[in-house]
Order: sequence, then structure tokens, then C-alpha cells
Amino acid sequence: MTYHAPANVEEAISLLGSQDNAWPVAGGTDLLVQMRSGRIKPGAIVDIKQIARTMGTSAKDGGFVIGAATPCTALLKDDALCKAWPGLVEAANLIGSVQVRNRATIGGNLCNASPAADSVPALIAADARCVIAGPQGEREIAAAELPAGPGRTNLGKGEFLVEIVLPPREAMSSDAYLRSIPRTEMDIAVVGAGVSLSRDKDGVCTQARVALGAVAPTALLVADAGEALVGSQLDDSALAKMEEAVKAACSPIDDKRGTIDYRIAMAAVYTKRAAKIAYDRAGEGA
Amino acid sequence: MSGVLEKQELKIVGTRPVRPDGADKVTGKAVYGGDYHLPGMLWGAVLRSPHAHAKIISIDTRKAAALSGVKAVATHSDFRESDDSDEINAGETMIDIDAAAQMCLAKDKVFYDGQPVAAVAATSAEIAAAALDLIDVQYEVLPHVIEIEDAMREDAPVLHDDMFTQGMPETPKTASNVSMRLEKITGDADAALDDADVVVTRRYTTQMVHQGYIEPQSCVASVSADGQAQIWCSSQGAFMVRSVAAAITGMNLSDLRVVPLEIGGGFGGKTTIYLEPVALVLSRKSGRPVKLALSRDEVFRSTGPGPGTIMELSLGATKDGILTAAVMDLKYQVGAFAGSGCGAGVMHALGCYRIENTRVTGCDVVSNMPSTNAYRAPSAPQAEFAVECAMDEIAEQLGMDPIELREKNGVKPGDPSFSGAPLGQVAFMETLAAAKSHPHYSAPLGPNQGRGIAAGWWVNHGGESTVMVSINEDGSAVVATGNPDIGGSRASMAMMAAEVLQIPMQKVRPIVADTASIGYSMLTGGSRTTFATGRAVCEASAEVVEILKSRAAMMWGVEPDQVEWHDGEARCTAPGSDEAPLGIKQIASQTAKTGGPINAEIVVNPHDALPTYGVHICDVELDRETGHVSVVRYTAVQDVGRAIHPSYVEGQAQGGAVQGIGWALNEAYVFDANGRMDNSGFLDYRMPVASDLPMIDTLLVEVPHPTHPFGVKGVGEVPIVPPLAAVTNAVSHAAGMRFFDLPLTPDRVYAAINSQS
Repeated sequence: MTYHAPANVEEAISLLGSQDNAWPVAGGTDLLVQMRSGRIKPGAIVDIKQIARTMGTSAKDGGFVIGAATPCTALLKDDALCKAWPGLVEAANLIGSVQVRNRATIGGNLCNASPAADSVPALIAADARCVIAGPQGEREIAAAELPAGPGRTNLGKGEFLVEIVLPPREAMSSDAYLRSIPRTEMDIAVVGAGVSLSRDKDGVCTQARVALGAVAPTALLVADAGEALVGSQLDDSALAKMEEAVKAACSPIDDKRGTIDYRIAMAAVYTKRAAKIAYDRAGEGA
Repeated sequence: MSGVLEKQELKIVGTRPVRPDGADKVTGKAVYGGDYHLPGMLWGAVLRSPHAHAKIISIDTRKAAALSGVKAVATHSDFRESDDSDEINAGETMIDIDAAAQMCLAKDKVFYDGQPVAAVAATSAEIAAAALDLIDVQYEVLPHVIEIEDAMREDAPVLHDDMFTQGMPETPKTASNVSMRLEKITGDADAALDDADVVVTRRYTTQMVHQGYIEPQSCVASVSADGQAQIWCSSQGAFMVRSVAAAITGMNLSDLRVVPLEIGGGFGGKTTIYLEPVALVLSRKSGRPVKLALSRDEVFRSTGPGPGTIMELSLGATKDGILTAAVMDLKYQVGAFAGSGCGAGVMHALGCYRIENTRVTGCDVVSNMPSTNAYRAPSAPQAEFAVECAMDEIAEQLGMDPIELREKNGVKPGDPSFSGAPLGQVAFMETLAAAKSHPHYSAPLGPNQGRGIAAGWWVNHGGESTVMVSINEDGSAVVATGNPDIGGSRASMAMMAAEVLQIPMQKVRPIVADTASIGYSMLTGGSRTTFATGRAVCEASAEVVEILKSRAAMMWGVEPDQVEWHDGEARCTAPGSDEAPLGIKQIASQTAKTGGPINAEIVVNPHDALPTYGVHICDVELDRETGHVSVVRYTAVQDVGRAIHPSYVEGQAQGGAVQGIGWALNEAYVFDANGRMDNSGFLDYRMPVASDLPMIDTLLVEVPHPTHPFGVKGVGEVPIVPPLAAVTNAVSHAAGMRFFDLPLTPDRVYAAINSQS
């Protein structure tokens, strides 16, 4: 196995395309564990952390750009990002422990393609876009399009995630992410629920996106769950309608972390709770 | 000697000095099993069964042995042929050598996923791992069985064709998975149940749970050309390691020296061994030191957890709350081999209470999972969980305060014990009273909160210990014991020695000696070390004081009984004497002229350990929408005899409570359809993390042991007994419905609440 730390995107693309069984690495908190367990045996590791574009957060065109290799805890230091997308930053900072999050990245969380990844429902709810570099140049896809199934992505040979782009934020908008776990931390989501919404000065929800983790092979955008909230003040009937949409969208598995019935029930509960938090946050300062 | 021990104005015992091993442990300098390396050392690796139950047809190690860098390969055939009757007394349990050897390397069958089958030693860990891939094992896979009731069915796959249930009036002629049955009867339980005013009849279950010690097992073994050998490892008893490793490999005990390294938790799990005999064989074959270390996955898949249970109980009482009858049946899921089962469960189940008519039956059931081992108060938490939950229901049905119900029935000094002999100075009543008057017990509860209480007891052990106390020429002292320091025993040994010698604790250095440097000591288990080894420390220190007095007498030319020992110095009481006192340093620096070195070796084997009792108060908050239970307040009240170092006694109570809470709320083994463990890591084997828990408050109830020099009773095990029922009773009150099956995971609680409404 060889290790490479290219300084620019082109070099990384070339290494990833030319080496046998090459894996990009950012924080390595998933990759190293999988190597140790014998699940994967990379021929080459391409460390993308030396590429300037993959590190750090910045404001751009009214939105934000997050380098794919930015550690989760670094997101907490960008006040503007935390103000605009508190739910996304929280989601990224529920992963593992503080020590793990000092290494782990939001880009890696997305590319690891676990259906239970905490930051992914929050990214989908945020309508985040992924900038992907590859032999054919750069392309942009929705965050929801990147995972293809458990442990699989839609990245082609030689491609890797460079940046995540968050859209401009309207006034009175916010987001929230909650997850169901048996403990209080150091755990993997049995269900994850991300909600991003906007409201007007009368408290009427004008736009909402709801995304779920761990209830399907990939994290899901549940469009009609978001629509159920639009035009409401998150009254009980709107929430009930949203919960029904959420339940209908779930197709979870029974496994050691949760049963089908429990996952479906919890998807509704945690989405409702996340929606209320996002709504209250959006109303702050109104 | 007794004169010194009878002086009881305590200056050191009961204070909270810095522990002697503290600095190295918090700075990372302490050497644990995994830290040990030797020049020329080889790395061992173990090939494990991927099957839950299979016959081994053949093992071909030729390709592995031929791999460059591989220096030795081992299989079961490298062990000494053992007799079925070979057993080693490990204190609370017996270690069956044949079974222990098969848990190191399988013989002709594998009984669980993860059972070792072959091992290699190579010049690097990578080569060792690669060599494992070259070992060709042919299996005939057999049907497997995991759950107790499945294993007891007539048509169940039988693990051991020579297992004929022991303890029956007539030993059965067909083999089964029930290794033994046990029965204990007093009075006429059935008739008394019929006459009882209130009867609670319930079925309870608990899951197999791992001790979760933070340090995986690790050892280095080195066999010399003349056959002498050394092992460096962490364990709960270096002498136990020596006995078992020597028996499995066919060595003389005197040829094997075991050096104890620091231990990162044991909780009973390190009262047997899984690696050392394999490392010995690999070292013998390669001529080089060999290191073997388990990963966490291997710890879960191949070391012994505590057994799961199915328990049925009928408990009867009068309308005044006097318990009159109990019928109880306990089935323990003991894993692949016999042992570690219902014995202590039958003994402990009803032991907190005076009940005239009882019938307790128990059985041990083997199945295709790792063979269970001791886990803190082994087998008692399960049985007492059932009883304490039923007690809560009786109290509720009678409209009686649950502590008052226990006070009406709790054992007192002089009541008959399990064996029939009268109980000594037990302090259950004092512990109950302390819990009842604790502010926690009457504090108001918030919405969706519930409070549970439960009691528990553990018998505690004494056992054999050797201690040597030596006085250095500068007047400082060394206390050598043969027990590892798992829970702060160096501190308590040094404190007791300093108290008797009447010198500052910092002048006393405690060490954990290897098996060639001190006489035999039984392993650390049964909450025995501060009690039994501590007694030997007191007696050895007292003997040293007598020697110091006689040397001072010699220096003064007076009789020894004309010398008194005060504040670490000899004072002359001879009539008319105006001699200045002689300090310990002045005496110790003159030993060449007064008769040689000053030290004392003492052996003890006390049988008068006293049981201890705990009463825990637990508040939980239930999230009814999710089934999630949060422990919001927890108080552990415990009878401790006398706390030598109260911080470490409180730490025992807190640690036991936390392990019990984990047992109650989330911990369980998960097996897939093929009988392979599906959660062999701390991510999915969910012990509590710090944020799951409130501060565990403790209250130590001190009723000193009347015949121990400092009143010590065993404290380490009893605190894991009450939490299972304290949590469950609290959840039952918060939910308004009863729970009987552990763990109380959010999905199970959610399902129960919703099936009710």
C-alpha cells in the first residue's frame, strides 16, 4: 500500500485514477477502522488534506463553502455558519467523540455513504451541493445524490469530493437535526431527522425540507413531509400530516440497532421535534 | 501484637491520601499488560472459529509454518493431555483445566464463534496475521443453539456428549445441555404460598453481559532453554495464572514465574486465562519471548461474560408485610462449558430476608456462546433482581413503603445464614435506615419521573494471603503482597501498615510481588483483598513493631516489655530510665548490631468474612414518546464495615452502580442467524458513557467488622447487585406498568408502553 498527499486537485485526480484500488482519505476515522477490521485493503491512500480548497469554511455568494476535509469541530469556529446553519453544524458535531470530530470531516461522513451518517440528513435538508472533481473536470450534484447505497457512492473512478456548497439563507430561516440513539453520545443513529425551514413574520412556514437518515439504504429527502408544514404555523394538524408523510417514506431494516416498527415511529417523533426546534430558531430575532 | 492492633485512635485509616500508584497511572507511565516488550520478542496471533458449533476435522498449519518470519505454530496438541478431573481452586470458583485449555485452543470441537483454534508467532504482527490466513481448518458445521429454552429442548443439539446432569437424585443416562441442578428447601413453600395474603408470581429474564474492563488481556511469555519460564501479564491473581498455565502446559510450578503488571479492570473477568498457555507453547517452540494481546472484538467473542438468566418467582406475604413463602426457579445460561452458574444465585436470591418457607431450584445450561466467567458478585445480581422487583410489587399491593417492607423482613445478626450458621455482625438494618432517611428518598419527583429502590447483598470471602513487611535502614517500610491493585489496594495496604507502624503513609511503599518473590496469595476476588490481605498487612506490621521494640530494648539494655511504641518511636518505660526515645530510623540503621534485618512475613486464611448489604435509590425520567430512560438521580447506600480509604470505597459503590445501570438499560449480546456475535465492540455493546449518568451519590454505613483489625468488610461486589432492580422499579413507576425483562432498551420500553395503551 502506498500513501500520497497531493498538493492540488489535479494531482489527486491523477493519483486516484492511476493507482490500483486507491482511496481518498480526509480525517480517516472511517477508512482506518475499515482497514483495521479487514473490510477494505486499499492499494493506495490519497490524502486530500494538503489541497487548500478542501480545508476550511468561507462565505460565498450569500451562502457558504465547506472544504470536504474540514474537521467537524472546525465548523464550530465559523460564527456566521453556525448562525445560518446551526442544525448542520450540530449534526456534524454529534459524530463520535470530540477527539474523533477533531479528525472526522463532513465530506468524509457523506462519502462513507452510511445510511445512518449524522451530517447527511442535515446536508440534504439544507439543499447542499457537492463539488466533485474528476478526470472529466468538475461537476456539481445534490448531497442526496452522492450516496448510492450502504457504503457505495456515485463517484466515478478518479473522482473525489472537493467542496460542499450551502445555498444563500433567507431571513427567518433555520434548521435542526436530531437523532435517536439508545445512549446520549458515542453512538450511531437508529434514526436521524434533519429539518430546514423558513417562516414569515406571522410565523407561517414558507418553505421546509425534511430529510431522514437510517430508515432507507440512503438518507432521504421527504418532499411531502416538508410540504405538509408549508403554510402552517406548525400546528398539530400540520405536524400530524408531516409525521404521516415521514412514516410513509421510511423503508428501514430490522437490525441490532433497531426494529422496523421502532425506526418508523421514531422517524416521526424526531422529525416533529426537529421541526419545532428549527421553527423556533427561525423565529428568534423576529 | 494484639496490643498494637487494639490501639484505636485512628490517624490514617479513614483519611483520603493520594494513592501510591496514582502518579504513574495518570501520567501514562504505569506498565499494563499491553505495554510490555522484550528484546527479540515475537508477535503472536490466534486463529478463531468462524462457526458457533462444529467438529474440527483437520488443521493443516504447514503453509503458515513455512511463511518467512513465522517461528512457531501451536494447536491444542501442544498442550499436556489433561484428565477430566483436573481442577484448580481459584477461590470463589474452580477452574476446570480441560475446559480452560479448550478456551485457549480448541481440542476436537468448537463450541462458539471466536473460540481459538490455532496460533502462530512471527517476527511482526503483520506476518503473524498473514500466517493465520494460511492455516487450513476443515470443519463439519453442526447445528447451534444459543437461548436457554432452546438448549433445554429434547431435540436440541447437544454440545458435550459426556454432559450428564449433576445434582439429580439419579444421574441421567442421556447427555444434555443441562450441566447441573441444585435445590434448597426450607419449610413447606407450596402450603405457605396457598396461605399467603398476597402473592406475586412473575417470570424475569436478564441477558448475558460482559464485564467491559477497559484493558484487553495481554501477555508476554518467555521460556528458557532449560525449561524455566516467565510470564508478564495483568490478571486478578498471578498465582492463578501460574497454576492454570502450568497445568495446561505441563510445567512444574517452581519453573514458572508470573510477574504481575498493572491491571486495567477485571471485575471477575480476569480470574481465568485465555492467552498465557498459548504464549508459553509458542515461546517454547520458537525459543523467543512471545507476546499475545487480544483486540476488543476478541475480548467480546472469546472471554467469559456473566450469564444470562430466566427466573420464575412466586413470593408470598401476609397482609402485614411479613414474607412467608418463596418458590423460585433459576436457569443460568453459562455458555460453552459448565460452571459460573446458578450456585451463587441459589445462595443469594433470598438472602436479604427471613422467609420461613422457601424452595429455590437452579440449573446451568450450556449453549454455543463464550463460556461465562465471574462478573462482580457473580450470579447474584440476576437472582436478586427478580426478588427485588417482586418485593416492590408486594409493597405496592400492600400500600407499604418499600423500605419498610424490607425492614420488616431483613436479616439481622444471629438470623440463620444460607448454611444455617447464625449471621455475624451484619448491618442490613442500619443500611436500610440510612437509605430511608437520606434526603434523596423523600425528594419530590418531576413529571414522567419514577423512583425505584432495591436492596442487595454479597457473601464476601476471606482466603489465603501472604504479606511481607520490611523496614528499610532509613526507617521507611515496604509492604509486599501477592494481590494486584485493581481498586486502590496499594493505598489501603499502605494506610493500614502506616497506621500500625505509626509512621506517615508516604514512608510506606506497597508493592505487588511476583510469584517467586512472595508466598502464595489467592487471587483478588470475592471482595477479599482489603479484608484478608489487609489483615495480614496489619499482623505483619504489628509483628514488625514487636521486633522494633525488642531491638530498642536491646539497645537500652532493658526488657522488651519495658518498651512502648508511640508515634513511630520506641519509648523506654523502665523505672528510673531517662533514655531519649529511639525513632524507627535510629533502630533500623543499627540492625547489623542488633540481630539483622527487620521484617515479618505473615500468612492468613480467614474464614470470618462478613456479608455486606447495599440499598440503592434510583430516579429515572421516561420519554414516553421514544421509550428512552434517563437516570436522573442515583444514590448508593452501602454497609462497608470501615472504609480504609473512603474515596476508593465510594468509587467501588459508584462503579458497581454504573455497571448495574448498564446491565439494566442497554447491555446485551446480539448473535446473527449463524450464532456469530454481531455486536463485538463498545459501539453496539452499549455500556453507559459518562453523559448517560448523573453523579452517583454514595453513603457509606460504617458498622465495623468485630474481628478484623480495622473493621473491614468486603465492599467491591455488593454495589452491582441492587441497580438492576432499582432501575427497573423506577422505570415501572415512571411508566405505570411493570417490566420484567432486561435490558430496558428504548425500543423495548416503547413497545411495552404502546402495547398497553
